[in-house]
Amino acid sequence: MTRAVNGDATGVGTPDVAQARVAAKPATRRFHQARWDEKLIFELDAPGERGVLVPAPDPDVAAAAGDLAERLPSALLRRTPPGLPEIGQQRVLRHYLRLSQENLGADLNVDVGQGTCTMKYSPKVNDTFVRDPRIAQLHPAQDGNTTQGVLEIIYRLERLLAEISGMDRVSLQPAAGSAAIWANVSMIRACLAARGESGTRDEVITTSFSHPSNAACAKTAGFRVITLPPDADGYPDIEALRAAVGPRTAALLITNPEDTGIYNPRIDEFVRLVHDAGGLCSYDQANANGLLGITRARDAGFDLCHFNLHKTFSTPHMCGGPAAGASAVTAELAPYLPRPTVEFDGTRYRLDDDRPESIGKTRPFYGVVPNLVRAYAWIMALGADGLREVAETAVLNNNYLVHKVLGIHGVSLPYAEGQPRLEQARYSWRQLNEETGVHTGDLGLRMADFGTHYWTSHHPYVVPEPMTLEPTESYSRADLDEYAAILAEVAREAYDDPDTVRTSPHRAPVHRNREGSLDDPHAWAVTWRGYRRKVLGETSQDGT
Amino acid sequence: MDVPPRATHPYIPNASPPAREAMLAEIGAGSVEDFLVSIPQHLRMDGPLALPAPLRSEAELSAHMEELLARNTAVRPGRSFLGHGCYRHHVPAVVDEVVNRSEFLTAYAGEPYEDHGRFQALWEYQSLMAELLDTEVVNVPTYDGFQAAATALRMAGRYTGRRRLVLAGDIPADRLSRIHDYVQDAYELVRVPASPDAVRAELAAGDVAAVYTAVPDASGRIEPCAPELVTLAHECGALAVVDVNPLSLGVLAPPASYGADLTCGDLQPLGLHPSFGGNHAGFIGSLDDERLVAEYPSRLFGLVPTGVDGEYGFGDVAYERTSFARREEGNEWVGTAAALHGIAAGVYLALMGPHGMREIGQTILANTAYAQQRIAEVPGIALPDPEAVHFADFTVVYQGERTAAQIAASLLERGIHGGTPVNERASRYCVTEVHTKADIDDLATALEELVK
Repeated sequence: MTRAVNGDATGVGTPDVAQARVAAKPATRRFHQARWDEKLIFELDAPGERGVLVPAPDPDVAAAAGDLAERLPSALLRRTPPGLPEIGQQRVLRHYLRLSQENLGADLNVDVGQGTCTMKYSPKVNDTFVRDPRIAQLHPAQDGNTTQGVLEIIYRLERLLAEISGMDRVSLQPAAGSAAIWANVSMIRACLAARGESGTRDEVITTSFSHPSNAACAKTAGFRVITLPPDADGYPDIEALRAAVGPRTAALLITNPEDTGIYNPRIDEFVRLVHDAGGLCSYDQANANGLLGITRARDAGFDLCHFNLHKTFSTPHMCGGPAAGASAVTAELAPYLPRPTVEFDGTRYRLDDDRPESIGKTRPFYGVVPNLVRAYAWIMALGADGLREVAETAVLNNNYLVHKVLGIHGVSLPYAEGQPRLEQARYSWRQLNEETGVHTGDLGLRMADFGTHYWTSHHPYVVPEPMTLEPTESYSRADLDEYAAILAEVAREAYDDPDTVRTSPHRAPVHRNREGSLDDPHAWAVTWRGYRRKVLGETSQDGT
Repeated sequence: MDVPPRATHPYIPNASPPAREAMLAEIGAGSVEDFLVSIPQHLRMDGPLALPAPLRSEAELSAHMEELLARNTAVRPGRSFLGHGCYRHHVPAVVDEVVNRSEFLTAYAGEPYEDHGRFQALWEYQSLMAELLDTEVVNVPTYDGFQAAATALRMAGRYTGRRRLVLAGDIPADRLSRIHDYVQDAYELVRVPASPDAVRAELAAGDVAAVYTAVPDASGRIEPCAPELVTLAHECGALAVVDVNPLSLGVLAPPASYGADLTCGDLQPLGLHPSFGGNHAGFIGSLDDERLVAEYPSRLFGLVPTGVDGEYGFGDVAYERTSFARREEGNEWVGTAAALHGIAAGVYLALMGPHGMREIGQTILANTAYAQQRIAEVPGIALPDPEAVHFADFTVVYQGERTAAQIAASLLERGIHGGTPVNERASRYCVTEVHTKADIDDLATALEELVK
């Protein structure tokens, strides 16, 4: 076979071959996210089309069942069909796949920007176990002899987390981190009641940089909340704690390291102060990724702690849940654990619902089982050395990123200057804001034009113009270099071309919202029917 | 033979010694220990964690998990009659395809721009669910139906400023346990039968924030007086909270149509696998009453214009309600809950459409009625409430010598799972659209042989 060629035999250096060369990649990625300009699902309505069909009852069955209208009052029968759209199956699929492409999953980006969230890699192999019918199709009321495998997984995961926390027992029933905080607060309440101190100990102490759910769960459970501010170095103020503790102290709910990534080295003193005053101590271990195998809640004297399995233990974040929480306690608190527990007699695993002092159910059945399976498999893939390697690498990656980021003009790392951080860091763009007027929120949105993003912080902003980065152990040095380079480029733009940043994102699925209506009861639209009534001014079919 | 160096763990790229050393050198640190100095030695572990040896290769891990999974039995749909809050329905393949997409599975909390897809999918979920519930507001899902019920009751308490919560009818014990745990500090729970007289008496005693009832109730029964209880609540200035199985609402009236202020329940029947009770999510729906919306603790996504004509944008409605915005001054608390289950339910409703939802309701009601009749024909078995209409779940009473547990064990020997003993003499069974007439007949035949 021959083909026409120009130039000499090798072709090297001829104009046509030079044109065949691909130029080097630019320093930052020329990303553009999918922009399908997709309609709302209701606008796809095509009366007569069907997405799925449903088995009709057998004629004999239908005959035996008779006419429902004769057996129920008319008020209990639906008069008009639900206003759901009618759409063919493939069109429904295409709609949602387009929406999925307009979503930046952690599998697709260097997701180090969602600090406090521990966006580590969720291994794909663990998803295969969850989709197996021997998990997916198990019913919780099946005879225990047909569910020994899943009960063993739950039992073994409890033992692993007990070792990792140093605690005696662990409930895997809470549905997420905040649900575990609630379970812990509820157990504290039950313990105080058993001690005859329900009425007298009515104050819970937490800190500004602890997750808002610590304060909010305590309040919901009936406690008065005292929030300790950070001292000049960013640690929760121990003098403020001394002033706060007393005979009304029910408990301390505290995160360490807090969302600043600063580990409080006096944490055991905090615990001692509260214990000396007769209160209990619960450790929010949402930020445990830098501590695995290094230090444990029990070692600092805590009575309870909780982990977020979707953070430290790798289960995927699923657009905001389902997640999974683990509430770990000392033997003294164990009677109050949510029921049932999983017990093992040496040959057989069983559920123990006979726990009279239990706070009861925190969740239907036994917790977010698929995520318990994933977390178990993740720990088993790593072992003790691997978990320690996770912690050390998460800390190394963070300090490497801190080193890179602090080389960018306009950013700073408030508190504890020169001190290393553990697994995450809360930065401040105050200087950049003062010099350019660009806000941290603008920078975060501009990051989306380069295929990544970051999160500022929980409210209220204690650190001005905050940015919280947590690189976890999952990202390589090249990944971290790329992220830092994007951040540097966006910061440079804030100085050189602030309008581009302020009006970003430009390459995302949609442009900036005009969102005044979100706080206006006359115009907010939580649903399609609300939008049609309030914004489009339509009246409903029956004229109301 | 030389021992090969330990391979870098695939989940931890920077655990490789060259990467680690290069990074330390760039930072100017000697070792990772330099970054851990803030953790005092006396709080450090003095040895490694006592954990099982790791299964570092995917093959070894998979083999270990296979050993465990092999001790579970996945039951063929028609051979399981277990329900009671967790249901085996057909999950359309498209639902699984969508929720298993990496972009949805692994995303978390991005902004409404780079995460436009999840905002639109969740807003559409709220909207589709609102059509089913006949409400104008539906929240981003909370953890499960238990939490939805407990929160709906606290919302009613805040809305009315009253302290008593009247729970009418047969409520599943576990749900009741959760409600009690969640409201006990601030509210008094009063349990009464689902009867207008009983509810009227409690309302007359005063200070009632809400009348709560479940349709269907714990035993699957459709309580005919539910609309009357709603009216009674309103006459005394209390809110009416009705807990529903959303899959019934293509046929049964949405409680908002008979005046319920808050409708709540669990999304599991809408496109979620049983997963050993692990796939639950809760919904709350209401009218778009400004004062009621102000009491939601959950995220509520709203539709807004963007700067470009024809583009839909999304954001948080009335965010200042939440504990994310105001910590303990917000309503209750909000955190990561069950968003992906909301997307699953949205896809399910989009596929089913109005006709699919009507038909599945009809099929389940017919199968339930047939199963009840067929089993009641078995000598030695009776229905406690033969006149009542049931949806999916129903209870049967054994009149012979064998206990409910013994009968369940004997059925299991024949490969039939269920019913769930509720006491020594009664079991709860469940049928859905996945059961054929033959499946139900097989169950009845087996019971004929077992119940003596």
